[in-house]
Amino acid sequence: MDESTLKIVVLVKHVPDAQFDRHLSGPDSRTDRSESILSELDEYALEAALQLSEARGGEAAGNRVIALTMGPAGAANAVKKSLQIGAGEGVHLSDEALAGSDAAATSLALAAAIRHLGEVDLVLTGMASTDGETSLVPAQLAERLGLPQVTFASTLEVKDGTVTARRDGDSHSELIEAPLPALVSVTDQVNEPRYPNFKGIMAAKKKTITTLSLADIGVDAGSVGSAGSWTTVLAAQPRPPREQGVIITDEGDAGIKLADFLAARKLI
Amino acid sequence: MAKILVYIDNPTAELKRSSRELVSLAGALGEAVVASPGPFADSTAAELGARSVSTVYLPDSDALGGYLVGPKAAFLAEAAKASGAAAVLLENSFDGKEIAARLGIKLTAGVITDVVGIDEALTATKSVLAGSYTVQAKVTTPVAVFTVKANSVEISEPAGGSAPGSVTVPVPEATAGAARITGRTEKPASGRPDLGEARVVVAGGRGVDGDFGPVEELADALGGAVGASRAATDAGWIEHSAQIGQTGKTVSPQLYISAGISGAIQQKAGMQTAKVIVAVNKDAESPVFEIADFGVVGDLFQVLPQAAAEIRKRKGQA
Ligand SMILES: Cc1cc2nc3c(=O)[nH]c(=O)nc-3n(C[C@H](O)[C@H](O)[C@H](O)COP(=O)(O)OP(=O)(O)OC[C@H]3O[C@@H](n4cnc5c(N)ncnc54)[C@H](O)[C@@H]3O)c2cc1C
Repeated sequence: MDESTLKIVVLVKHVPDAQFDRHLSGPDSRTDRSESILSELDEYALEAALQLSEARGGEAAGNRVIALTMGPAGAANAVKKSLQIGAGEGVHLSDEALAGSDAAATSLALAAAIRHLGEVDLVLTGMASTDGETSLVPAQLAERLGLPQVTFASTLEVKDGTVTARRDGDSHSELIEAPLPALVSVTDQVNEPRYPNFKGIMAAKKKTITTLSLADIGVDAGSVGSAGSWTTVLAAQPRPPREQGVIITDEGDAGIKLADFLAARKLI
Repeated sequence: MAKILVYIDNPTAELKRSSRELVSLAGALGEAVVASPGPFADSTAAELGARSVSTVYLPDSDALGGYLVGPKAAFLAEAAKASGAAAVLLENSFDGKEIAARLGIKLTAGVITDVVGIDEALTATKSVLAGSYTVQAKVTTPVAVFTVKANSVEISEPAGGSAPGSVTVPVPEATAGAARITGRTEKPASGRPDLGEARVVVAGGRGVDGDFGPVEELADALGGAVGASRAATDAGWIEHSAQIGQTGKTVSPQLYISAGISGAIQQKAGMQTAKVIVAVNKDAESPVFEIADFGVVGDLFQVLPQAAAEIRKRKGQA
């Protein structure tokens, strides 16, 4: 078993299910969240946290895995799902003033919520949310908390107060090292997330979700939400559906026809 | 004229296409200046001058290359302050977005990622929700930070000009406590264009059944890059870095040829902003045909080699 225990905060997000059509709505083009689920990319972060905890004897040995989300009432479902999968504690930062927050405002609120939780060893996140897709929040959170960031980890180890990860780039892969506490984001290569089982679902019923407001974490309402955001969406247009193309069935000369098409489009 | 600062991360190499695009865009919006973690080769500096870059900002330390984003963002923040730039442009890679993210906090500057266009008023255009919406967005802080997708900007002709002057800025923050790069394994070079900025991408999926030969042959006939679905990368048939999609790369080439890929939503997230999409799949019901400009219901092992041979013939390379 590994020497020291870990206190890990996992950021989880409630996002529109990508299997359905997703929409922007309202005057300021916010994402419609009516068909929402735990972002599947966050499941990899949760799994990584659980594995690190279990390798050190789990909760019984004093390790803590805390799932933290920010969002409207429905976002608590992301925390609930995380508790069913195995997180020990859940925290839901919820406040009307948070609506419309961009990455800068979101990272401000999350940083304050994490500070509110006391000293932590690791902040773990997925590689991006499946809806906002900006990938900005983890890096901005690291900057605000003054933590080293080890992002897009495709392998992850924690030993002797040091995080080691592999990061795969185009022309090379790198080994990254950082001292704890650190912020780590993991890719979908890092592990195989587990599913909640019956035992986990029953156990989750006994776990509590702490709800925090902005006042609880000492954040002024004007520094988040649309007012605290540094970017604004002026207009949004649904992408015109791609015009139905020409579909042919190969009768032995489809390769030639493909070349004809490319030539007609001046692509060769 | 407002200064527009372009960050170029790899000063030792020849300018990448995406760097040329960023410098062109900066020149169209104002006075182009450049920041880089190390000095440029003479030929590259000359090219920057010819592209009307007036000044290059360099750090007073040569250690930045050994660290992940944190110290680079600290340097870039100093360069942005020293130049008084109204906007900072970075490439839309993972590193580019993260440097932009930290830079934004340091400068109290709004960040917009995945940008495909910026107008004189610094209004950015980008697509969101996997390409299903196009939005116009603006930064509301005095300085704006943008990461710009490759293949979004026409590269302007170099106008001629002398090599830029250089200004050294201090890197204030100690690199202590930052994430360090302790090892690096180079991957074998494919000789093909970089997937993120290629004009043509030919991608293979589970349908190639372990054999990327036909996909590579067609990519080479077209001078394109090779991509893949996650099913193909997970099977180990090709490098993970070739994966296109939600958890891989997002590409917007002039031409995307999808072969033996069903067109799952996570795959589409990475390629549906391509200008022209061609699909080859033996199942006529495959969802990929819904977004294809030209589709062939057929066997990729027949269609791809025949197309490659025909293209080589037309290019006079047969
Ligand atoms: C969190 C998460 C993230 C993901 N991220 C990504 C991502 O980034 N990118 C991605 O691609 N996927 C991603 N996926 C996986 C995605 O859901 C699909 O499973 C995957 O894209 C399927 O790959 P495929 O189309 O190659 O395989 P399949 O869906 O199995 O399709 C294979 C296709 O090949 C065709 N075919 C077979 N033989 C031939 C032949 N000889 N000639 C022509 N056609 C043939 C078949 O008709 C079929 O349509 C992700 C999934 C999850 C859960």
